[in-house]
Amino acid sequence: MKDQIKILTPIGMLGYGIPEADFWRGIDAGADAIVVDAGSTDPGPYQLGLGKMIVSPAALERDLRLCLAGCQKTRIPLLIGSAGGPGINAHVDQTIAMIGRIANEQGWKPKVGAIYSDIDPALVRQRFDQGRIEPCASAPALAAADINESVHIVAQMGYEPILKLLREHLDIDVVVAGRAYDPAPFAAFCLLHGFEDPGIYWHIGKIMECGANCAEPKGRVILGTVRHGSFELEPMNPEERCSTLSVAAHTLYEKTRPDLLAGPGGVLDLNGARYEQLDERRVRVSGSTFRPTPNYQVKLEGAGIVGYRSIFIGGVRDPILVGQIDGFLQRVKARVSAAHPELKSGQAQLHFHVYGRNGVMGDMEPNPNFVPQEVGVLGEATAATQELAHAICSNTRIGVLHMPYAGQMATAGNFAIPLNPPENDIGPVCRFTLYHLMEVDSPLELFKSRVVEV
Amino acid sequence: MAAQYDKLMQLAKVIRSKNSGPFELTFDVIFDDREVYQRVKNSGVITNELIGRLYGVPPGDIIAFMFFEPALAFKFTLRRGWAQGSVGERDTFGAQQQAPLLDIAIPRH
Repeated sequence: MKDQIKILTPIGMLGYGIPEADFWRGIDAGADAIVVDAGSTDPGPYQLGLGKMIVSPAALERDLRLCLAGCQKTRIPLLIGSAGGPGINAHVDQTIAMIGRIANEQGWKPKVGAIYSDIDPALVRQRFDQGRIEPCASAPALAAADINESVHIVAQMGYEPILKLLREHLDIDVVVAGRAYDPAPFAAFCLLHGFEDPGIYWHIGKIMECGANCAEPKGRVILGTVRHGSFELEPMNPEERCSTLSVAAHTLYEKTRPDLLAGPGGVLDLNGARYEQLDERRVRVSGSTFRPTPNYQVKLEGAGIVGYRSIFIGGVRDPILVGQIDGFLQRVKARVSAAHPELKSGQAQLHFHVYGRNGVMGDMEPNPNFVPQEVGVLGEATAATQELAHAICSNTRIGVLHMPYAGQMATAGNFAIPLNPPENDIGPVCRFTLYHLMEVDSPLELFKSRVVEV
Repeated sequence: MAAQYDKLMQLAKVIRSKNSGPFELTFDVIFDDREVYQRVKNSGVITNELIGRLYGVPPGDIIAFMFFEPALAFKFTLRRGWAQGSVGERDTFGAQQQAPLLDIAIPRH
């Protein structure tokens, strides 16, 4: 058994651009694996709802090419989590096809493991009926319609399916996992090499899945060294450093709270964590603990299409209208609603984003009476069909442009419009239908895998 | 009056907001000086009531609020009052909701 392993993470999101020199510094420092996350729900539900990847094919190819060159040079495995972003089956297969094409150019036929995480809606319905699904974090209670309206449903795998594949195929070159808990590939690689303390493998995975985000200044490539009882972090850009504060602060990022981090099968508790500055740029971490939950749950993510959207954008500079813009837009909305009963019945929606007033914070804006020099107005109409959305949008834009208001002096038009045509159809709008925890009979139950030479 | 207070933006290193999953918004305020962190913490100014007032949310929508000594930081998390990335969205990443925190007045000793 090794007394330490080194994991290289080249970037916090595959496709965001890996700095080459820093990457090779990590390979040459003796990395035992390259582990990289490719997923996030942060860009919103459209990825899952429409099956879109988070980065362009060109961006994905550039980063994959470098990762594969690193693997090939020192014969170390590459583990990718949440392929494509949402981690649907199609993205796993597309990523593998790209890997095959890149490798074949080098005359290489790598052995690639695929793990899938699309979930059959029938199974979700059954578990829902059995009362084995509950909201994750602050998600609303689940309704049967949420399941039925989902275009894609995935579950976040824990480490177990990845570890099983690695153990059964010790000569595997690349693992492409569908939707995975971000730290899961890190945990699997640690466990493969006998590092079995979940306080260690979850904590290092939690930090490293974001690349060198935990460094100062925020970086990309990071090398983690796992030992029995602790781990160490070192950014691969010599201009960056990890400090005890920067590493501890990382668990604040995008988390409900920084000390208790829930994942598949349990909760990582950082309250006992210790951070030790080893030298100017390296930090050692130890002391976190993991508390398994009584029932093993996985997080489900689902998205569906709620309608089609058309938009217009423009600005108002006339101070007479700027000073009464909220009331004016309310009157426009009332007039359009009279012409389109779908707005009254809730089958269609019309929203104004008034930049300069409360376009960013909406009802949360603590300074709602501020009157700016000019305002930008984004009008957003959503309806069951693109045609209806367009009609509502067009009607609204005409109202904003021409409707009279108190004290009006500019009688030729109210609104400066930059785009032509002024209304534009921007396609389907999605929503997260599922963000829930589902009990599983076993951590391996949902996730099928296969191994191919590509 | 003005001389007896410092704004939070003069004391903190980081003041930011972001989604924590699609149904929550989380806010991080990070300091780089232990004394300043303690001063803000001990001032008693940062409370659930203040957060509720600044963001116009009821106490039940504050999911978490805590000081976190290892990072010299405090953090709070709000229920997201609207669906992420869907109809009527105004901040998909939740990355621009921090402004009301900058002017919080912290008394000098």
